[in-house]
Amino acid sequence: MSTATAPRQSAQAPVDNPLTAGQLPSWVTIAVGVAALAVSALVFTLLDTGGIALIVVGAVVLFLVVMHIISLAVEGSRRAVDRLAKHVVVTMFLLALLPLISVTWTALSHGINRLDPEFFTYSMRNVVGAGGGAAHAVWGTLIITGIATLISVPIGLLTAVYLAEYGRGALARSITFFVDVMTGIPSIVAGLFAYALFTLVFGPGTINGIAGAVALSVLMIPVVVRSTEELLRIVPNELREASYALGVPKWKTIMRIVIPTAVSGIVAGVILALARIMGETAPLMIAAGFTQSMNTNPFSGQMMTLPVFVFDSYARPGIPREPFWDRAWTGSLTLILIVMLLNLAGRFIAKRFAPKTGRK
Amino acid sequence: MSSTAPAAESSAASAGLVPTKPRIGDRVFQGLSTGSGIAILVILALVAAFLVLRAFPALTTDPATLAAQGYGEFWSWVLPLAFGTVWAAIGALVLAVPVAIGIALFISHYAPRRLAQGLGYTIDLLAAVPSVVFGLWGIFVLAPALIPLHVWLTTYVGWFPLFSGQPSGTGRTIFTTSIVLAVMILPIITSLCREVFLQAPNLHEEAALALGATRWEMIRMAVLPFARAGIVSAIMLGLGRALGETMAVALVLSGQNRVDFQVLTAENPNTIAANIALSFPEAYGLRINQLIASGLVLFVITLAVNMLARWIVARRAQYSGAN
Repeated sequence: MSTATAPRQSAQAPVDNPLTAGQLPSWVTIAVGVAALAVSALVFTLLDTGGIALIVVGAVVLFLVVMHIISLAVEGSRRAVDRLAKHVVVTMFLLALLPLISVTWTALSHGINRLDPEFFTYSMRNVVGAGGGAAHAVWGTLIITGIATLISVPIGLLTAVYLAEYGRGALARSITFFVDVMTGIPSIVAGLFAYALFTLVFGPGTINGIAGAVALSVLMIPVVVRSTEELLRIVPNELREASYALGVPKWKTIMRIVIPTAVSGIVAGVILALARIMGETAPLMIAAGFTQSMNTNPFSGQMMTLPVFVFDSYARPGIPREPFWDRAWTGSLTLILIVMLLNLAGRFIAKRFAPKTGRK
Repeated sequence: MSSTAPAAESSAASAGLVPTKPRIGDRVFQGLSTGSGIAILVILALVAAFLVLRAFPALTTDPATLAAQGYGEFWSWVLPLAFGTVWAAIGALVLAVPVAIGIALFISHYAPRRLAQGLGYTIDLLAAVPSVVFGLWGIFVLAPALIPLHVWLTTYVGWFPLFSGQPSGTGRTIFTTSIVLAVMILPIITSLCREVFLQAPNLHEEAALALGATRWEMIRMAVLPFARAGIVSAIMLGLGRALGETMAVALVLSGQNRVDFQVLTAENPNTIAANIALSFPEAYGLRINQLIASGLVLFVITLAVNMLARWIVARRAQYSGAN
């Protein structure tokens, strides 16, 4: 992409300069923006409809229209369309930041009240009103996602090795295809699968941590396979060939040369996959269930997890409901923080310890 | 991204440089990795098999029993839910796609180079917010904030059939749900589109600029035609996400089992996933089978959408000369 914009000297250049004639000086954009906001605020306040949202929408539309007309008059139709496209694109980006800021701010301002040691050390057993915490849910999340990782990483890693190093023919093609299919499984369907599997095999009412972990594994395996395979394919072939030339067997080449070269990316991929399943609610609700007490045994009894805790606190509050909603928000905040930290860690590892792909 | 490892390996084998008797470590390792590849196929087969097994009673029991012990005759119960699922997802797409393409263009072709990657990460952070948190946000912040818009739209744009009817007093409508879903699928569509836009051949772009095209004309002539298939598949993958999204919809939407095209009223269709999430904890007997059967319907719908997306990508890979 090259940046071939016209030199922005029009403001100080003489008007009759043929190179910069017919260009809007840059202050016009700002002036029109401020004017549009003012007019929109005035009109909607006088009409007494809408709120801040409507004023902003009105201002944006007004700005785009007025700017287009001015540009059309001064710069001609091609430049005007170009300018319109630029403004629309920037507007879209700013629009997308609104929900991000709003969500983060809401979770932060509502959740900060109960972000205290008690929240992380107490369960909800025998808690009626205020107080109590989500220790049971935090432990549940750690145990279930831990087991899910233990199941998914070996299967995912080995499958990626198969696809990148051994696989060819119909089997490899069908595995690639079905990994793609697996990526698209709705999370609730994974939950229903784990529920159906465990209730059929271990008898009705078998809802426990392992079932939740199996449901999450179904969601996590394809992500691990995808990212690992991509990484393994980046490892330069010269390394493999050099290893073979020294008489190293293939399995040892993979274990000692290929995987260590790509290990940072693989770890980052696993962390990102973990971040993805950490926030899953629906499958855990169905497969791991609800409880108010601490349960650290994944093989028996229902197990609370952080996302389910958030949902449960909101949807089935006691009386008064405010302490429950406060806990829901603090749970949300904890969850966002964990997932964002995992994301950042994954990105950092991937970037900092990226595989060396030869000359670059 | 083509690997030449297998090719190099097979040529070495044909030249007779590899010992004829394979080493034991090689066989074990190959067996393990092939085995886990097959395990994935088995897992997927199990998913389908167990869902079908548990869904079977709901499909075969006669409607009268189902009406007494379940939620009513299966197809007339599940079709409105399927309608709601598709309806909310389409709404989300209509809202998300223009914004996502705009953001992707902004990051790939408009933003200053230094900032571009950071801005991309910022949008990706939206994907880090768990769906249950989006649900809470939708209920506590977005729905109340949108009530005036609901009233305004029904008053002034009510002649448009979708916006007609009595506006909802809570804001927990299909409209609000679609906005929440749109925010949730925004990151995936954006990141896929961004990748495709960045892959557009540099020489085409520079040629367009050299011929005097403005930046927008360059994008229209060199970038968008190249990216069309990629955009379509990104949209389809976003659609797949929106169809399967559960908790945000379950929290935000106050839905019933009905078919209704008006998006701003208090009577809204429910979605399959949200209905399962809300009904499952209290369900028993045949009702569980019926809910699992509806999950199977959802599975089939998302499967079809995803396979269509992959097919579009694969078809593009064949005729595109860029790679």
